[in-house]
Amino acid sequence: MGPSGQDQTSSAAPAPSVLRRVLDSDLTHSFLRSKVTVAAATGTLLFVLAAILAPMIAPHDPFDLAGLSIMDARIPPVWMEYGEPRFLLGTDDQGRDLLSGILYGLRISLIVGICSVFAAAAIGISLGLVAGYAGGKIDALIMRIADVQLTFPAILIALLIDGAVRGIFGNLDREIFSFWILICSLALSFWVQYARTVRSSTLVEKNKEYVQAARVIGIPSVIIMIRHILPNVLGPVFVIATINLALAIVTEATLSFLGVGMPSTQPSLGTLISIGNDFLYSGEWWIAIFPGVALAVLVLNVNLLGDWLRDALNPKLR
Amino acid sequence: MSVLSINNLTVRFPGRKSTFTAVEDVSLTLEAGKILGVVGESGAGKSTVGNAVIGLLQEPGRITAGEIRLDGDRIDQMPEASLRKLRGKRIGMIFQDPLTSLDPLQTIEAQLVETIRVHLPLSPAQARERALELLKAVGIPGAEDRLSQYPHQFSGGMRQRVVIALALCAEPELIIADEPTTALDVSIQAQILDLLRKLCRERNVAMMVITHDMGVIAELTDQVAVMYRGKLVELGPTAQVLGHPSHAYTKSLISAVPRPDIKVERFPSVSYIEEETPPSSAIDLSTHWLGKTRSHEPVTGPLLSLSDLSMRFETRSSVFPSRRRYFDAVKSVSFDIREGETFGLVGESGSGKSTIARLITGLYHPTGGSIRFAGQDLTALKERKQILAMRRQMQMIFQDPFSSLNARMRVSAIVAEPIRLHRLASSNAEVAQIVADLLDHVGLGAAAGDKFPHEFSGGQRQRISIARALATRPRFLVCDEPTSALDVSIQAQILNLLKDLQQELGLTMLFISHDLAVIRQMCDRVAVMRNGELCELADCEGLFTSPGHAYTRQLLTLMPSMELLAASQQG
Repeated sequence: MGPSGQDQTSSAAPAPSVLRRVLDSDLTHSFLRSKVTVAAATGTLLFVLAAILAPMIAPHDPFDLAGLSIMDARIPPVWMEYGEPRFLLGTDDQGRDLLSGILYGLRISLIVGICSVFAAAAIGISLGLVAGYAGGKIDALIMRIADVQLTFPAILIALLIDGAVRGIFGNLDREIFSFWILICSLALSFWVQYARTVRSSTLVEKNKEYVQAARVIGIPSVIIMIRHILPNVLGPVFVIATINLALAIVTEATLSFLGVGMPSTQPSLGTLISIGNDFLYSGEWWIAIFPGVALAVLVLNVNLLGDWLRDALNPKLR
Repeated sequence: MSVLSINNLTVRFPGRKSTFTAVEDVSLTLEAGKILGVVGESGAGKSTVGNAVIGLLQEPGRITAGEIRLDGDRIDQMPEASLRKLRGKRIGMIFQDPLTSLDPLQTIEAQLVETIRVHLPLSPAQARERALELLKAVGIPGAEDRLSQYPHQFSGGMRQRVVIALALCAEPELIIADEPTTALDVSIQAQILDLLRKLCRERNVAMMVITHDMGVIAELTDQVAVMYRGKLVELGPTAQVLGHPSHAYTKSLISAVPRPDIKVERFPSVSYIEEETPPSSAIDLSTHWLGKTRSHEPVTGPLLSLSDLSMRFETRSSVFPSRRRYFDAVKSVSFDIREGETFGLVGESGSGKSTIARLITGLYHPTGGSIRFAGQDLTALKERKQILAMRRQMQMIFQDPFSSLNARMRVSAIVAEPIRLHRLASSNAEVAQIVADLLDHVGLGAAAGDKFPHEFSGGQRQRISIARALATRPRFLVCDEPTSALDVSIQAQILNLLKDLQQELGLTMLFISHDLAVIRQMCDRVAVMRNGELCELADCEGLFTSPGHAYTRQLLTLMPSMELLAASQQG
């Protein structure tokens, strides 16, 4: 027998406090052991803090149109010739401070990313649970929809939704609606992965004897799904969520770049890159590069965290 | 010189918090042509000894002291490269599960020839000849044709024979067999044991058999080593150890083995495994919550009656009915279960006994026939309310205690769930009280409720399972192999608990098992099943003393002989 044969049950010791248990858990241990993960977590935390505190730490308010001056447009970063100490990373074509733009852009990017991940997970988990548990025709229907969905790239779906909404409602107040359109299109493009994962885990779990025991007791199917199966299939979902967060931020940036994302008055990182793209060849490289670097570093951090979580939650690799 | 000698072997698994000593100071020797049995319960370290010999200890296990010698050469400190040559060439391995120890994508010939050519300098043609010879030696009929087949074309027993042939490829001096028959049915187990014994004698190979099964030990081995918590507690000739055990643990282990030859009232309590906390007091049914079951209307006639029950599964689905394939798991089975009796259902794997349990409890819907419970036709029930009322009256205890409890729920929540669902208690305080009572009553102690299932051992988990089943105050309990995943001493405790509960609560039980000895101890009447059909239905004693059906007689003769054990238990 392996090391698991160790008997640690039925000790009369009082249950340790929650904090103690968390600090003592294998997850914490594996987290602290991996330096890359600690660095990635710190980095992610810094980005989140910067986004939350943007109004306080940003030197300028990019939304304050009165504070903008076309005279400040396209000023290079401070260490270059013609750089000004007012604008550490330079300005864009409207004379907005790039550092402030990045901080505010981070906010939008993170909010869009997190909201769309939650929306996609909600749709995907419920459909996956139902498909896996019910089986038969319902399963076939849901999974065929998912297959069809998979054949469209996320960007195409987002463009379709954006176009459709605009076609139906005409020119709406873009500032409010573009946010929701973004969330919807991202959620609708990313739910499939959750649904497939949850479905396959559900297929395994529903044949386990604890689910059969619940059925023998007479518990209704909906409660079995939510109370018994759901907690047991969530592990992989957390992992997909962290990886998808990075993916959603990138996709949002792409959409903004293509002009169907956030309006340029509410710049996300993607919008900034899109603006900067026009000036790349005329020598004003900083407008595209700095938001691009910020985006790349954020995505890298979140991805590393997701990678670690995937391995740490996999009992076979522990 | 002995083929294998192990001196003062200690194996440790250093962990993050503490070091776990899996094997401590074990010494044993094994001569050519002899079979040594290493027996013990789960966690005793018996497999670790085997793995240490072949140098395949699981990470992070280390041999921290002692030495292992094969024919006098030390092998415990060999580098990996030379160990690899040793494995297969001088030491053969037979694993537990024949379904997974062969490569499904290669023919038997390819696997045998590959192994032979790795170890012996033979040409492909010579190797093929040798493979053929080996298949004949392990008793596979039509070896010539079967050589080119794939593992899935062989039955479980035949596959285990192929695994044995693989172990014999390079004429090893030592064979290590880790639970070689645990995954097999009794009839096949007997054949495999015969084969192993014959091969050992003929080829003068030393064999180390690791098992938890006293029956296998009694049938097969010349010597026994009994292990308990990593230590070797007793070592000697099989007849002596089983017949006159000297160590208290061996005695208690042997006494816990169910006896096939005579029915005993209770299993002797095994004092060695201190798992049970005795219930604080015997319950008085007239006042206790569990006693309120008496509200059922009395039934005239049998409590449960199956008539012409059939179940057919679709093994290949197709839009066209003619292309569909079916498997008949249960073929028009009829029997009655009377109120208050324990009805046994026995058969080998695939006989349909578990399917019947699932049909009765409503997990499957029968494709034919009817199930009447207390006069109600269960298959005709449509309304959820009526179905719920029936579900409350019959509960089920499952085979695998590790998957039958939701790992994410606290034990108290698991046991409370049926009480809340069926609204059997009026307040939360009452629910908590009932849950504490139930846990106490199945021998866990009320404090167990705050923990999660993974904090308990297999036997304790099965107790939680029983508490959950009792929580609806059922009158009928279906036990589907409730102890086959447990060690013998734990099995004895659980069987005693079930007996006690049945007597106290007047439960009716359907007891399903593949183990005839357990059936004999538990049941009043027994039905024998084979391939979905009912072979024989008789009184338990009658079945064992004068079996009517040929298949029953065959099953009875296949039970591992227990004369040695029986002698010791009487003594």
